[in-house]
Amino acid sequence: MNVVLARTESGRAMEGLFTASRDRLPGTARVSEIRRQAFEAYERAGLPHRRIEEWKYTDLRVLMREVRPLAEKPDVSALRRAAAALKPVAIEGAAKLVLVDGVFAAELSDKVPPGASMTTLREALESGAGELLATAATDAMISLNAALATDGLVIEIADGTRLAAPLQIMHIATVASASAFTRSRVRIGNGARVTLVENFVAAEGAKSYQAHDAVLLSLGDQAELTLARLMTDSVDAANVTSAMFDLGAKAKFDLFNVTAGGAVSRYQGFVTLAGEGSELNVNGVNLLNGSQHGDTTLLIDHAVPHCTSREVFRAVIDDRAHSVFQGRIIVRPGAQKTDGKMMTRALLLSDEAEADNKPELEIFADDVTCGHGATAGALDENLLFYLRARGLPERAAQALLIQAFVGEAIEGIADDDLRDVVMAAAERWLEART
Amino acid sequence: MMALLEVKDLQVRVEDREILHGLSLTVNRGEVHAIMGPNGSGKSTLSHVIAGKPGYEVTGGEILFDGQDLLEMEPDERAAKGVFLAFQYPVEIPGVTTWNFLHAALNAQRKARGEAEMSSPAFLKKVREVAKSLNVPQDMLKRGVNVGFSGGEKKRNEVLQMALFEPSLCILDEMDSGLDIDALRIAADGVNALRSPDRAMVVITHYQRLLNYIVPDFVHVMSRGRVVTSGGKELALELEESGYAQFEDA
Repeated sequence: MNVVLARTESGRAMEGLFTASRDRLPGTARVSEIRRQAFEAYERAGLPHRRIEEWKYTDLRVLMREVRPLAEKPDVSALRRAAAALKPVAIEGAAKLVLVDGVFAAELSDKVPPGASMTTLREALESGAGELLATAATDAMISLNAALATDGLVIEIADGTRLAAPLQIMHIATVASASAFTRSRVRIGNGARVTLVENFVAAEGAKSYQAHDAVLLSLGDQAELTLARLMTDSVDAANVTSAMFDLGAKAKFDLFNVTAGGAVSRYQGFVTLAGEGSELNVNGVNLLNGSQHGDTTLLIDHAVPHCTSREVFRAVIDDRAHSVFQGRIIVRPGAQKTDGKMMTRALLLSDEAEADNKPELEIFADDVTCGHGATAGALDENLLFYLRARGLPERAAQALLIQAFVGEAIEGIADDDLRDVVMAAAERWLEART
Repeated sequence: MMALLEVKDLQVRVEDREILHGLSLTVNRGEVHAIMGPNGSGKSTLSHVIAGKPGYEVTGGEILFDGQDLLEMEPDERAAKGVFLAFQYPVEIPGVTTWNFLHAALNAQRKARGEAEMSSPAFLKKVREVAKSLNVPQDMLKRGVNVGFSGGEKKRNEVLQMALFEPSLCILDEMDSGLDIDALRIAADGVNALRSPDRAMVVITHYQRLLNYIVPDFVHVMSRGRVVTSGGKELALELEESGYAQFEDA
């Protein structure tokens, strides 16, 4: 039987983009074959749209319209601008690993500390590590990332390693209008303890670019990871990131995501609690204004008994901005004594601001504690009046209350330096607003 | 000498109901006025309108503060000019430390008056002195504004702010509500320490009890949105005997 694929105009453009990018895509013949299959999987679905349930609030066909061609390899000027852009967000003492326009920039990066080892995705694919392009979770954007990933980091943390300083992965865009496709894998050994920071930053001259990232992260038994992701891309940019997390037994994972940039963004996380006695804490903060659209979607899969998951998601939405939070907790048959809760709180600063919350619980075990809750509203008038009666002008009073609202999420970060960095990102947003 | 506060024939509506029907009151620097009256007489409305709380519509009359039209000013401008309302129910603000809040508020007031902002060390020194003089424990300053404070601690925090901001007009709205006699005495001592020839106070209360501790120069009785009688401090004692019923029928 012949299947005729009806191609849309953008479909034909994508085919051209993939073909034209061939020589930029590293990998052996086997890797190229995996890429081709991934691209076909993408082609069958195309850009996600509102009739796909998981994407109903974030229709990329409307919001992103097209996938931009791959950015050129960064030249001297691009690297110079990238170096300037990373300076204000670099954490003192952290080992910086820098990707510029989708390409690892060794000259801007630090050596990884003892107990950690690193190669680039490019090197790994050139030696045939095709498994780096495969994931259990799939959707069109994950497939597209596998097809087009140009570079990324492949990091191993040896068993029992305790890193004193954070690893900081910095994605820097320097292009006015193009795509960067990156993909990284981080494996954290048994009993290791790591702090990882991910930044998305626009350098001077970067505008309506697209950052497409995928992260494959595994935690061994009794491993501990604190991950802070700070997305402060250009307000004209798009960011689509898919992150897959696998946790072993008695592991502890704290995730903080701050979305404060991008015209359109989607951060989709897939967490599998695969070992008993693990603990997951997720704090998400969306800070959006203008006509920004920010979507955080999390799927938490309790595959085994005795795990705990907590999600607290906060959004501050001004002007005509749109914040989306979707959280799904799956409790598999036999995953008894699961304790899973999620909470979303939206602060709407204007009449046209929009928040969509979609919590979902799928529970197939009978001895569990699960729940979700949501609130949405404006700033409390009584609190505002109290502050104004003490002399704070309206915008300053608002800023103080917004800071308090966001601060509640950030206070949970145990590491002082990291908490300061995350707080600073939130304060920059507030200052820009006032 | 110009009066500090002049309320002239003030008429105020909330939604479709008129609450104040032509209220007049003159307060000079150095004076302490008590405003008494039954529930619903409009006492708190008067305090809210002076401080600039949204939701009240002034349909007639005026309020002059140091000769300036107070009703034209935003609440924060009034604070910077020296109007201070001690709230009946101070709000809790989780996530904002008392320390941060006080520093931001003091500097906002100073900035509005064209004064230099106060640095953190200078502010720390000042707030510690004030806290010590009022027996406010230091750890209260580190906690969220009023979060987990007892009724007495909340009121003491209001008095602390009054001492810190040094307003020329203090309006104390039902300061005694929710306080036991010891807490009341501590708060009242704090207020009395702030009495000065440059400062006026308006003490709003339902009960005479508070006026044993903060002794007023003048007492006004409000009923149904008006001042129905005024006198010296002995008027409060008379009311204690006779109650408000005589005015309800007026």
